[in-house]
Amino acid sequence: MTFTGWLTIALFAAILTALAIPFGRYMARVYTGERVLLTPIFAGPERFLYKVMRVDPGREQDWKAYARGLIVFSLAGWLLLYLILRTQNAFYVPHALNPLGFHSAPWNVTFNTTSSFVTNTNWQYYSGETTMTYLSQMVGLTVQNWLSAGVGIVVAVALVRGIVGRSGKSLGNFWQDLVRTILYVLAPISVIGAFVLVSQGVIANFSDYLTVHTVTGLTQTIAMGPVASQEVIKELGTNGGGFFNVNSAHPFENPTAFTNFFEMMLVLIIPAALVFMYGRMTGNRRQGYAIYATMMVMFLGAVAVAYIAEAHGSPAQHAAGLHTQVISGSTGGNLEGKEQRFGIAGSALFDTITTVTSCGAVNSAIESFTGIGGAVPFSNLSASEVIFGGVGTGLYSILLYVLLAVFIGGLMVGRTPEWLGKKLEAREIKLAGLGILITPLAALFCTALAVASHAGRVSISKAATGPQGFSETLYAYLSQSNNNGSAFAGYTGFIQPAAGNVGSHGVTFADLLGAFAMLFARFAPILFALAVAGSLAGKRVTPVGLGTMRTDNGTFVVLLIGVIILVGALTFFPALLLGPIVQGLTTHLY
Amino acid sequence: MRRDVVTAAIGIVVMTILLGLVYPLFVTGVSQVAFPGNANGQKLFSGGRLVGSRIIGQSFARPVIGKNGKPVEKEGETVTEPDPRYFQSRPSVTERGAYNAAASTFSNLGPNNVATREADEEHIKAYLELNKPYLPGLSAATTPVDAANSSGSNLDPEISQANARIQAHRIAAVRHMSLAAVDRLISSYTDARGIGFSGEPGVNVLELNLALDRSHGRASP
Repeated sequence: MTFTGWLTIALFAAILTALAIPFGRYMARVYTGERVLLTPIFAGPERFLYKVMRVDPGREQDWKAYARGLIVFSLAGWLLLYLILRTQNAFYVPHALNPLGFHSAPWNVTFNTTSSFVTNTNWQYYSGETTMTYLSQMVGLTVQNWLSAGVGIVVAVALVRGIVGRSGKSLGNFWQDLVRTILYVLAPISVIGAFVLVSQGVIANFSDYLTVHTVTGLTQTIAMGPVASQEVIKELGTNGGGFFNVNSAHPFENPTAFTNFFEMMLVLIIPAALVFMYGRMTGNRRQGYAIYATMMVMFLGAVAVAYIAEAHGSPAQHAAGLHTQVISGSTGGNLEGKEQRFGIAGSALFDTITTVTSCGAVNSAIESFTGIGGAVPFSNLSASEVIFGGVGTGLYSILLYVLLAVFIGGLMVGRTPEWLGKKLEAREIKLAGLGILITPLAALFCTALAVASHAGRVSISKAATGPQGFSETLYAYLSQSNNNGSAFAGYTGFIQPAAGNVGSHGVTFADLLGAFAMLFARFAPILFALAVAGSLAGKRVTPVGLGTMRTDNGTFVVLLIGVIILVGALTFFPALLLGPIVQGLTTHLY
Repeated sequence: MRRDVVTAAIGIVVMTILLGLVYPLFVTGVSQVAFPGNANGQKLFSGGRLVGSRIIGQSFARPVIGKNGKPVEKEGETVTEPDPRYFQSRPSVTERGAYNAAASTFSNLGPNNVATREADEEHIKAYLELNKPYLPGLSAATTPVDAANSSGSNLDPEISQANARIQAHRIAAVRHMSLAAVDRLISSYTDARGIGFSGEPGVNVLELNLALDRSHGRASP
């Protein structure tokens, strides 16, 4: 470990907080319909989109109407994306958009990929540079990078409206929220961010793959493509699907340690800002600070563990005779699967950030992390991604936990649980409980099926002997259920003998089971969150009294952390014991 | 319901045009004008010939020439050996040869796996064979981790400064240069940390090797 390593982590947390507070204020204004800085630019396009899409933005929706719009829109997105990916060479495509003449991936892999991008998961059984045409990356995958992020954000906004609603059942208008999210929140940062990335070396072109003759007389082929436009929304929308197979480890996606820092900021800015937005919209900013503190404490704990573990090195390195301490001119540590320019701290921080959020982009191989270092992504996923979490999904998920914590706190002190002046009753607690349990249910059910059946075990990579094989499987379904998308990438659902998909085939079991996990664990919690919102929206507000349990102080932060850890630990501890924990506790090689 | 279906159908088409065509074409087009070098992958040329991208790592191995004067092939692939005249990049496990930049991949070697230890041992052995003759004190314990571990992308364009300083002994001897001159070149092609604190310094191997050829010609093997 080095001083600059710890400094990077500290500065990152400080800068993130400093940026997220004003951005949260901005978002609160956007969603309450106030004028913002960008209104003069986007008011025209906004009206135009309503007109073309036949949306009446003034029309208020109850939770069912809101949910209906969301489901129908996601379904439409699914169908179009599946069609685009399956026909990527079926009709005339200009050479610049499919320079290598790639065919389509098989139906089962495409089914998985489509479900993956529509649910903001971006789990990838395929490898971008050998599977996707530039056209598919643009009109297919990039579009869902935007839309699935937008869908996540509007659910959080709707839930907050339900919590603070004073009158009736309205949660706002789904279409209006979606259009505003895209124009006012995602678009400005994406366009500016893309140019920042290109200025540092991220590529943006429609060239053929380069053929290079090296100084020693070898030939090298270098994949190209319109990377920058997809890269920025991949991070900003916590999507995480890489243009290239190795995602943000690829020098064309993440060329320098500065872009590494910038991309980490892109990933967390919206999830962090949403928390402050929530505080503002409740009329008591301390509500937001309390949740932010909860997230930040758990986040920094996770980063510290990952950094210390990776800096220590792995049993395999030590068995080979390597010394892993810091020496002059070398960072030391477990550098397997890590890039020199990011080092240990930059890799541990990046992968922690993308696994606390639903991003799942990686700049280093999680499968090569040490047992304890790898247990950090596992734990982040086991906490159901409420530590910042995905754009929108993080906020609505932690608000369900807040509801549960208020209920448990109320039981402990023997009072009727009340939250922001609204009485919590059996219906809300049931809905929140179900919303929280869907993800663990999907993850553990699918893992059990996959390790207990031959059809599931064929996906485990040959090198993953011993507990590593179980870790790979558990991580695959934990990641897909959490709509994360990072992977112990040895786990496979796609056999591709050559670039361009000729002769390739998918592993139907892994592809479909994963797709089920992603779709079920995405849309069921959304419906529960919206139902909670609908249920709370209609409740009368009683004034805060002396007997009200406060949800904006340190005691509540501790209670909330306790509830999150308790639910996560009780659900996943037995499974984690069989994989990463046993690997962390032994120096035995398998 | 009907209304939602109509809006969704129009919405997805409009959004696809806006976000899938207008947005990427705008970003790519402006980048091509404003940052043509970066947007096209920072190509490096030597004597008018494209020799690589500044930020994509390369293999500096050379084909092994057999007794018949032709490159030796094994299972359809050219057999190579590290070229001692050049700084060597980190180990790379991409398919169809190291540093295949058309198929980036992780090694996915686990922390507790025998396969990982064996890969490390093999890389250490190769590193010692190449460098120990010029730096007798070198051992597994003093081999920098980046020389033994494959990178994330397996296209890492950089090596650590410690790794470069060890290889400098070999380069100086093979190319009949002074060690100080080689170390000076290393310093000129070392990229500093991002914004002063982010990440680690690294030596750009391709740039460094091209500079060696420029300043001292191609020494005989």
